[in-house]
Amino acid sequence: MSQHPEAAARFIADNERMAWHDRSIWNARKKRDLASHSIEEWEQLRSWASDIKEHTLAHLDHYLEVFEKQATANGVKVHWAATAEEHNRIVLGILRENEARHMVKSKSMLTEECHLNPFLEANGIEVIDTDLGERIVQLREEIPSHIVTPAIHLKKEDVSKLFEEKLHTEPGNADPTYLTREARKHLRAHFLACDAALTGVNFAVAETGTVVVVTNEGNSDLGVHLGKVQIHSMGIEKLIPKWQDLGIFTRLLARSATGQPISIYTSHYTKPRPDVPMHIILVDNGRTEQLSREHFRKSLACIRCGACMNTCPIYRRSGGHSYGSTIPGPIGSILTPGKDLKKYSPLPFASTLCGSCSDVCPVKIDIHDQLYRWRQIIAEEHLLPKYKTIPLGLAGRIFARGKRYDQAGRIARWWLRRLPAWMVNSRLNAWSKHRDLPNAPRNSFKEWYEQNRPHGS
Amino acid sequence: MKVGLFIPCYIDQFYPQVGVATLELLEHLGCEVVYPPGQTCCGQPLANTGMEKAAQPTYDHFQEVFSGFDHIVAPSGSCVYHVVHHYPVESRPQGKVWELCDFIVNHLGVTQIAASFPHKVGLHPSCHGLRGLRLGPDSERVEDRPDVVRTLLASVSGIELVDLDRRDECCGFGGTFAITEEAVSVQMGLDKISDHQRHGAEIITGTDVSCLMHLEGLIRRQGLPLQTRHIAEILNARL
Repeated sequence: MSQHPEAAARFIADNERMAWHDRSIWNARKKRDLASHSIEEWEQLRSWASDIKEHTLAHLDHYLEVFEKQATANGVKVHWAATAEEHNRIVLGILRENEARHMVKSKSMLTEECHLNPFLEANGIEVIDTDLGERIVQLREEIPSHIVTPAIHLKKEDVSKLFEEKLHTEPGNADPTYLTREARKHLRAHFLACDAALTGVNFAVAETGTVVVVTNEGNSDLGVHLGKVQIHSMGIEKLIPKWQDLGIFTRLLARSATGQPISIYTSHYTKPRPDVPMHIILVDNGRTEQLSREHFRKSLACIRCGACMNTCPIYRRSGGHSYGSTIPGPIGSILTPGKDLKKYSPLPFASTLCGSCSDVCPVKIDIHDQLYRWRQIIAEEHLLPKYKTIPLGLAGRIFARGKRYDQAGRIARWWLRRLPAWMVNSRLNAWSKHRDLPNAPRNSFKEWYEQNRPHGS
Repeated sequence: MKVGLFIPCYIDQFYPQVGVATLELLEHLGCEVVYPPGQTCCGQPLANTGMEKAAQPTYDHFQEVFSGFDHIVAPSGSCVYHVVHHYPVESRPQGKVWELCDFIVNHLGVTQIAASFPHKVGLHPSCHGLRGLRLGPDSERVEDRPDVVRTLLASVSGIELVDLDRRDECCGFGGTFAITEEAVSVQMGLDKISDHQRHGAEIITGTDVSCLMHLEGLIRRQGLPLQTRHIAEILNARL
């Protein structure tokens, strides 16, 4: 079971590092604010994007068929994978067919979700993640802690130490330019030696059969242009109907993710190059099930910008790994319970329901409302711990009757006034570990009202 | 105009002075205020934990207690948000449920309050009021929206409102979140307090006593030279 509160407490215990993590991610949020507030039509773009996604999800069967037909006509081989395992087997099949053993991969959360790397490695394929952040976490044998900036939890000194150990860079040299150049040298060798390339997909345009990949490092193009076979893995929710829709999403994506007006590379892959087979794998892996859940359908509109993570005060103070799920943060907390409710039942509670995630979301996913909805389902499925259900069940019985409530309040305040402070603010009580309880007044407001407004009602 | 006064449970039990200030302020503004005595809680603590079903008797009780009022006013954005946003439609009271500042500005049409509060004040715009009830513009959306809370505060004589680095980040209270995610909750509260302190606030105010109770608990434990006041107490600090 994912234990977010404990993992978060461990993260916060290294207070200086937590504060640095919070600050650096808050900076991303600030950049996003500057970028979005600089265009007047921001809210209009969000509405359009939300409408297009809702429309596409409502007609997903249709647009998937249009996409397949168009991509096939372009000379692309389209595959369908119902599960992560099927996706991985398809990738392995393509690699074997093309006698490929060295694959470079550009950013793809889907392949993280499918655990593609360990599967391929166990089958004798070398997989190199080429996004710098992803390569860093791959070398550390970790999962990304953020969906856009996978190594955001690491400081340059951590990277320096890692590179010294794995890439034999100068000991103690943590200069970002130096480290980036060394990473580039290291990755270049892998690019030149690769015989296959796999990319994730940001958008798939149904009417043209095109897949669009957005990167800042150009690693997607480099791999695709050097490999002997190209593979694009995408979740079925990545579709948009028309070419003209794309501009709305690219404007929203870069600004929401990093505050850039546009990403450095927006690569469109439509047709295979001569003699280089091109494959697109359409992956379900639980998406149709999520689509069938009325309250949670909209979660599939996500364009993976990471803005909800950057804005989330809990994410910034607990780190991506504390969620124990492939996709962390607010969006992960509404997507993941659909995969394994019991295992991920603490995640919808890793939120104050402040609503910042929903307002920052470029496609207007009602994230905090969905978190609230998941909580109801978790309770209905009897997955709430007893320390919540027992006192709250009792409170529910007290709140349903005026007199019962008045008596309970009087008794509680009487005890709070008389118990010694050390007992009232006992550290056994989670509230009082770091917080004083409020003073208990002699009279409640209700009692004051009865005395001071005797004819009030 | 007859107004039904809803005083949330934790205000009733622990902060009666906020209830008194709310009542006196509304009376001063010419409202006939009635406090229905049988009232308890809106049921939010249960529902936010997932126990909506167990909260239903509390919803029914709320609806019954507040039947017959055209307007119901509460000094809490969070409880109001819960009633108007989360109650099943058939359980909602007939009358319109208002957060206090919203009612004063958007129903009474009052934007100037004859109050005096000569202090440096930091405003904590509680999330359910800000993003739930849209009492003002938040920092995420690109919109031009009047800020009812700030409008009223700014009209108070002698008050000096301080700017914050993160003007509308959550304080970390979050109901049962404060207990179940204690470490994060406390850290968020401490960060919030230090933002106010850095900008010289003497008093932190807001529309929700729940957030302020969390911040006050931290302030007192740390012995910091700061205080918390609900906005009704400031608006009722009569000239």
